[in-house]
Amino acid sequence: MADLSVKISDLHLKNPVMTASGTFGYGLEFADFVPLEEIGGIIVKGTTLKPREGNDYPRMVETPQGMLNCVGLQNKGVDYFIEHIYPQIKDIDTNMIVNVSGNSPETYAETAEKLDALERIPAIEVNISCPNVKEGGMSFGVTCSGAASIVKAVREHYHKTMIVKLSPNVTDIASIARACEDEGADSVSLINTLMGMAIDIERRRPKLSIRTGGLSGPAVKPVAVRMVNDVAKAVKIPVIGLGGISTAEDAIEFLMAGATAIQIGTANFLDPQVTIKVRDGINDWLDRHGCKSVTEIINCLA
Amino acid sequence: MKKYVLDLKVSSVERVNARNVLIRLTDDKPLPEMLPGQFVEVRVDGSPSTFLRRPISINFVDIERNELWLLVATVGEGTHALARLRKGDMLNCVLPLGNTFTPLASSSERVLLVGGGVGVAPLLYFGKQIKEAGGTPVFLLGARTAADLAEISLFEQYGRVCITTEDGSAGEKGFVTNHSVLSTERFDRISTCGPKPMMKAVAHYAYQASIPCEASLENMMACGVGACLCCVEKTTEGNLCVCKEGPVFDTRRLMWGE
Repeated sequence: MADLSVKISDLHLKNPVMTASGTFGYGLEFADFVPLEEIGGIIVKGTTLKPREGNDYPRMVETPQGMLNCVGLQNKGVDYFIEHIYPQIKDIDTNMIVNVSGNSPETYAETAEKLDALERIPAIEVNISCPNVKEGGMSFGVTCSGAASIVKAVREHYHKTMIVKLSPNVTDIASIARACEDEGADSVSLINTLMGMAIDIERRRPKLSIRTGGLSGPAVKPVAVRMVNDVAKAVKIPVIGLGGISTAEDAIEFLMAGATAIQIGTANFLDPQVTIKVRDGINDWLDRHGCKSVTEIINCLA
Repeated sequence: MKKYVLDLKVSSVERVNARNVLIRLTDDKPLPEMLPGQFVEVRVDGSPSTFLRRPISINFVDIERNELWLLVATVGEGTHALARLRKGDMLNCVLPLGNTFTPLASSSERVLLVGGGVGVAPLLYFGKQIKEAGGTPVFLLGARTAADLAEISLFEQYGRVCITTEDGSAGEKGFVTNHSVLSTERFDRISTCGPKPMMKAVAHYAYQASIPCEASLENMMACGVGACLCCVEKTTEGNLCVCKEGPVFDTRRLMWGE
């Protein structure tokens, strides 16, 4: 049994397997399938200052080895989260992390400040990369100055571990990551979904209600691995890798590319027990290769 | 209700008509409790273009034979792959998912169950539950043509069956909402499952007649457990997940124009 524990700034993870925001609900939805406390960290659904209804149906299209979604950050707002959801999840014995979105530096900061007060939420993931909202979201994540403005504002009001989730819809993701690091981010996670589109050729219309959506699933994995490696070379803060991971072998690729931890997203839909299988698979691989700790393979490329 | 991921064994695959197959599944252990209206997310193996699981409603649970029945319309590559399953194959299922049809409140309650196309599927198991609770449901089943009807003799075990076909090749000609039973008899409530235009027409009839009505929806789903928020339906309480808050909704909660 190898030591699977890793550290993301002040955050101690039992193992490097986390769940990606928007794919695992609040964890509770999967409690029948996996022991939640055995997951390294659970990143809950994107939360905003005010409630959001999200976009119209249809919000999802199946694509080759993946799916497009344009959910659009449907959530009941941070106050509802604090009052109704936090009490249900605060005693889950793992890192419960809240993904935060907004439409201005001020709304991000205000949401983060409210979450700062929650004892059992040790970190937030600041989402500057949602491709499915008109205002805010990804618009901040595609320029260095936009990313910096959000990270700076949140940093002033949030004192625990701040992870910033990056958009792949940029020409140079490493420069965005550096901008976040410079403003005090503790970690960056990548990649959010890749913007895409699918067309119903009989009706000659986009298949999604808002025309475009974010692509996830195994189809995006090679893009994600490359970007994780680019970013890991560019920053000193720990990198969290995600994008199409569905097996332990996938996860190990990300770790070797420079990720300290990984997130599993879309694969939870195909196998609700995938998180624990990936954790066990990483352990088996380490044992087979005589590694005593998972840290031996992080950023280990020759 | 606790949810499970199970590898179930195919005990038979029977072609019911040109469009539908009936897949019977079993397990060495007793199957978990499943209720009428709930559904199963099945993993489709051997179909490279099928990425996500497919939500399939529970057609019937045969307790004595420890069997779960899925009536599957072969509409795309995923469902065609399911139709190619053979006895002894394994099918990975997440179950039971979603809410249920409203159980019978009293044996005197007159319940009309309206199904169209493959949407008749969950009404069979619901009909059995109603009969076991002392009621006698009336089934109103619609299809395009006589050849598209499915499981009629099974429905007849649990209640009276009224049929409409669009071409008049069986039962009364027209849509379910044209059937004479709606004008000659009085029902206390209606449950419906089928194509959305049909369910909207049924909900409209129920509204006009001041009869409570519930409909089972089939919006496209990814996770099946209320995590991804892809399958939402607009309701009086905002966007709700069909997979978790549904699939069965009181039609007065739906923004269907009433």
